[in-house]
This record gives sequence, C-alpha cells and structure tokens, in this order.
Amino acid sequence: MAWWPRRRGARSGQSAQDRRQRVILTAEGLRLPLTLAMTSARLGALLIDLSIIMFGLYAAVLLILLIAWAIGIDKLDKTPGSPASEMMEALAVIGIILVFLARSAWFLWFELGPRGATPGKRLVGIRIAARPARDGSAARLTAEAVIARNLLRDIELFMPVVFVGGAVTAGTDTTLAGWAALVWFGVFALFPFFNRDGLRCGDVIAGTWVVETPRRKLGSAMSVGQGARSVSMVTGAQYRFSEAELAVYGEYELQVLERVLRDNRDDALVEVAQAICAKIGWTSGGGDERAFLDAYYTQLRARLEVGMRLGRRKADKHDGGTAPPVV
Amino acid sequence: MSTLSSWFSRRDDAAIAAAEQATLRSDRFRLEREADWRRLEAIVVRIEAGRIGAISDADLMALPVLYRMVVSSLAVARDTTLDAATLAYLEGLAQRAWFVVYGPELGFRGWARRFFGGGWSAAVRAIGPDIAITLALMVAGTVIGWLLVAGNPDWYYALVPAEPGDVRVPGASRAALYQSLFGTTHREAFSVFAAYLFSNNAQVSILCFALGFAFGLPSILLVIHNTAPLGALLWLYHGQGLMLELIGWLSVHGTTELFALMLAGASGIHIGRSMAFPGQRAVLDAAAEAGRRTATVMTGVVLMLVVAGLLEAYARQLINATAPRLALGGAMLVWWLVYFFAFGKAGERR
Repeated sequence: MAWWPRRRGARSGQSAQDRRQRVILTAEGLRLPLTLAMTSARLGALLIDLSIIMFGLYAAVLLILLIAWAIGIDKLDKTPGSPASEMMEALAVIGIILVFLARSAWFLWFELGPRGATPGKRLVGIRIAARPARDGSAARLTAEAVIARNLLRDIELFMPVVFVGGAVTAGTDTTLAGWAALVWFGVFALFPFFNRDGLRCGDVIAGTWVVETPRRKLGSAMSVGQGARSVSMVTGAQYRFSEAELAVYGEYELQVLERVLRDNRDDALVEVAQAICAKIGWTSGGGDERAFLDAYYTQLRARLEVGMRLGRRKADKHDGGTAPPVV
Repeated sequence: MSTLSSWFSRRDDAAIAAAEQATLRSDRFRLEREADWRRLEAIVVRIEAGRIGAISDADLMALPVLYRMVVSSLAVARDTTLDAATLAYLEGLAQRAWFVVYGPELGFRGWARRFFGGGWSAAVRAIGPDIAITLALMVAGTVIGWLLVAGNPDWYYALVPAEPGDVRVPGASRAALYQSLFGTTHREAFSVFAAYLFSNNAQVSILCFALGFAFGLPSILLVIHNTAPLGALLWLYHGQGLMLELIGWLSVHGTTELFALMLAGASGIHIGRSMAFPGQRAVLDAAAEAGRRTATVMTGVVLMLVVAGLLEAYARQLINATAPRLALGGAMLVWWLVYFFAFGKAGERR
C-alpha cells in the first residue's frame, strides 16, 4: 500500500549520496551544504578536457601545415639562414610552445575564471572550491591554489601514462625498475580512491576539493492555485481533512507527495490518492485526484509547518510527533 | 540607501498581491521575496558566464546586499517551510552566489601586479631554509659527479647522455673542447633549440616540485641527478685547463637556469618537509599551506626558464668570449639575488 519508496530502503539508497555531503560555514554564519563530486564525474570531465585539448592540438598542427603548404614552403630554398628555413623554425617554436601550454594553461585559464571549472567540468556539472579550514569555516579559492593543483597533474596523469606506455611497449622486457616506477606512479594516479574526500594529490597540495554545482530552477509555489483552496474540480465541494486524518503522515511523506504533485503524472497521482484514501479511511472516487491531493498536501503542510514553528516536528509517519528533547 | 528603498518598493506591489493569493504562510514568505532571488540569480548567471560588462552598475552594487538577503531567506526558510523544492533552490542559489561574492579576489592583472611587485620575492624568501638545503644538495651533486668521473671516466657516459657527434667525451683534445665552447659553427634553429630547452627544463622543474608530495625524497634525488652531469663536465674541461672558459660558457644561462632548478627543488623539499613535520597543524592543512606558497615560486620558476632558454640559445652564441659571458652570467645572478632577497622587504616593513 505504500506509495512512497520505503523509508528505510530510501535511506540505504541515499547513503552514498549522504557520504558525499559536506557543510561549510560562511562568514555570515550560514551553513552551506556542498556535495562532493563523484570520482566518475571527475574522470569524465578530465576525459572531455583531454579530448578537446588533443583535438585542438591536432587542428592547430594541421592548420600550420596547411598554411605552410599553401604558401609553397616545400618549393622554397631550405639552406640555413634563408627566409624559408627561418619560417620553419618559427613554426616549430610555435608547435613546441603550444604543446607545453596545452598541458597546463588550459586547466589554469578556466579554473581561474568565475566558474572555477574547465569546459569538461562544466559539462558534468562540477567545479573546484577551496577546502574549508578544520572548523568548517569557508575559504576563498586563490590563484596560487589553482596553480598548485594543476602543477601536480604531471605526476598524477602524464607520468603514469608515460610509464604505463613504456611498460606496454617494452612488453616482457620491462625491468624491475620499470615495474617499480609503474607501481609508484600508480599510487599517485589512484590516490583519489583512497581518501574520504576524493582528493587527488593536487587537491591535497592546493587545499581544494571538487564539488557539484547545483542547477535548480525555482519551482512554482504550491499553495497558490485553485486546488490549494481545497475545491473539488468535479463537485465544487471543499475537501476538509480532520486533525486525525492529517496526523497520520510526517515531513517525509509530505515531500514525496510534493514530488508527485510537481511531476504531475496521472498514474502516480491516482496511485497515491488511492493509498492516502485507504490510509485515512475515505472511499476514493475517480477523476478528481489532482484536486484531492492538492488539498491534502496544502492542509498537511499547513499543519506540519505550524508544528514546526512551535518546535514540534514529525519526521515521518512512524514519528510520534512529540516536542524535541530539551537540550 | 536609495537603491535599498527602491527594491523594497518594487517588491511591494506585484509580489505582495501574488502573496495574498497563497494559502500557506511559508508560500507567502516565498512569493514576497521571489523577485529578489530571481534578480540575484540573473546577476550570478551573468558573472559565471564572464559577462560582467553586461551587468548594470545598480545590479553590481546590489549584489552583496541581495546575497545577504538570500542568506537570511534561507535561514528563515529552513525553520519555517517544508517546501523541499524551494529549499533546494535557495541552497543552490546561496552556494552559487557565495562562490561569486567570495570568488578569486583579483583578476589576472591584479594578480600579476602583486606577483611581480613583491609576492614572488616574498614567497622565495619564505622557503629560505629549503633553498639552503637545495643549494647544498646541488653542490653535493656536482661534487659526486666530479668524483665519480675522476675515479672512473666510464661514468661520464652514464652521467652525460651521449649525442652522436658530440666531441665532449673523455680523451677529447683541448682544441676540440675549445672549439665546442667558442665554435663559430652556425647552430641551426636557435629558436627551436630555445623552445625545446625551455619545455624540457620546465618539465624537470615541475616534476621536482610535484614529487615533493612524496615527502620530498624524490625531489632530493632529482636535484642530485640533474647536477651530477655538471660535475662530470667540469672534470672533463678541467683536465684540459679550460675550467674558466667552461664556467663562462655555462654561466650565461646557467646562473638563471640553475637558480630556477634550485627554487623548484626547494619548493618540492618545502612541501615534503611540511608534510613530514607538520608541527601543530593537521597534515592536510600543512600541505595546503606549503603548496600555495610554493605555487607562487613555481610560477616564477617557469618564467625564469623562459629567460634561461633565450639566453642559452641567443646570447651565448652572440657573445664569443669568456669575460663578457662571465659578466652577463654574473649580472643575471646579482639581479635574481637582489630581486628575491632585497626587493619588497621595505614594503613588508612599511
């Protein structure tokens, strides 16, 4: 009969989510909840960034070659000191500098911006932030922190790739030193999986972490429409629920009901309306579920919010709804 | 005050009329403030997109006030409303606004001014003990290189990576070695050489810094590993009585490059030392503090390596005598010493 996911089940389902919850304390004394980014999201963001960088590099090299070819560089005299060879030099310099910049400047440039995120991070909805001090008070992200966390990328990402690549190409000839280096750099690469906050080495050195960026639209107010006035759309009568009929549910059920109402899917509305009717002993008629649920939601919320103001909260239907313990 | 009153009056008419419609007290609370929340959201979205120019002066002035209003709305809403969607929206908005209001405090220009105007020097001075340790390690590395090669010249090939056609090998004649220092052979592609040197050196220094994370030990090894060839080279040229000429040849870029290597090694050792001996602080806090300080130093190291690459590729080939080479190298050394250890101190005292 339960129309909400079982509370206990919901809890165990949420526990992974809860484990990523952190709270920082702003200068105004506000406790701001943050959600740490999942490692898989960070990996995805990194892969997106790297593909953009690789693609950009290839495009740049191709462009340079096309330009060189278009002006007929292959037909020019290539003795040292000639204009053609000097231009080839200039192109080679641009190439080397591009490769160097691509490795660090991409991350630096975007993470120093107001979004604190590279395009890859933005796409998966995460950003970097300064880790709070031990007492939880929020800290500012500084340019130094961004530089530090990106300088460490070399040993976490590029060096392991070099060594893994070396091990693969060397095949069975890999020396003991090669394997040792591989394991050693593997430790850096796998560091984020072995600490509570999912920090990589760069985050440790820079005092940063990676959090999810909320993108929530403000939903409509629930108690504005006709339904909130508890008027049935079929009969025009008013729904009135007694104190006892409202007392069966708590805040948890209220918020599940809110989700159902906001989703506004017909089958869910019918199912929930029938479940509530069964619980409070009403006989459910068909066709007026939306108005019925609107009315029940509004009156239940009004009751619970009054209790809240008086310091009496009822977490869910199992909760007795007594006054909070005196602290 | 006029801006403040203008928002409140704006809110009055339409919003309060809408709020009258709402049955629940918490929804009335929300409807009365919704316009301010949405205004803040619009400002935050524009700042996040980097379009600060698109924000009117009035909005920019209002940003901190609007932020505080959302903060207080959220505090009230947490205690009075059970509307989960509104709470989630407010928490998200407060978080985004917090990142904007307390974002990185300076733009690039402000950062550069602070960096060159004393921030870099101060960071270098702050890791003074580590610089002393690194200097000792570099001297030790050079001595080790020299002693190894002096004991058995075969070590030379292990320390100095052999390039085909390189005349700088044990047993080379004085004339050949002299020629390698003052050769008029046109070294093709100076600029490519410079860019390559820079990219290579920058990678070594970044590695030196990054490996400080493993308690500094790999940084120590890297510093020794990178100075041992220097000792081997010195031994080789000393044997033919060309010591001073070699030092002149090296000093043009070497004073800058080795200084940069020293700072990079010192940064790595500083991080390693802070993590191994955090004192009263938590290890994570100590590491973060050391990392931020040395990141400033490392930014400077990369710049120094650009200078070193240019000196090595151009200046050394253009100046073909020992005395001016020594003068240039010495001048660079004096410049760095003055800039790091004398510059900006007055500002600190002021």
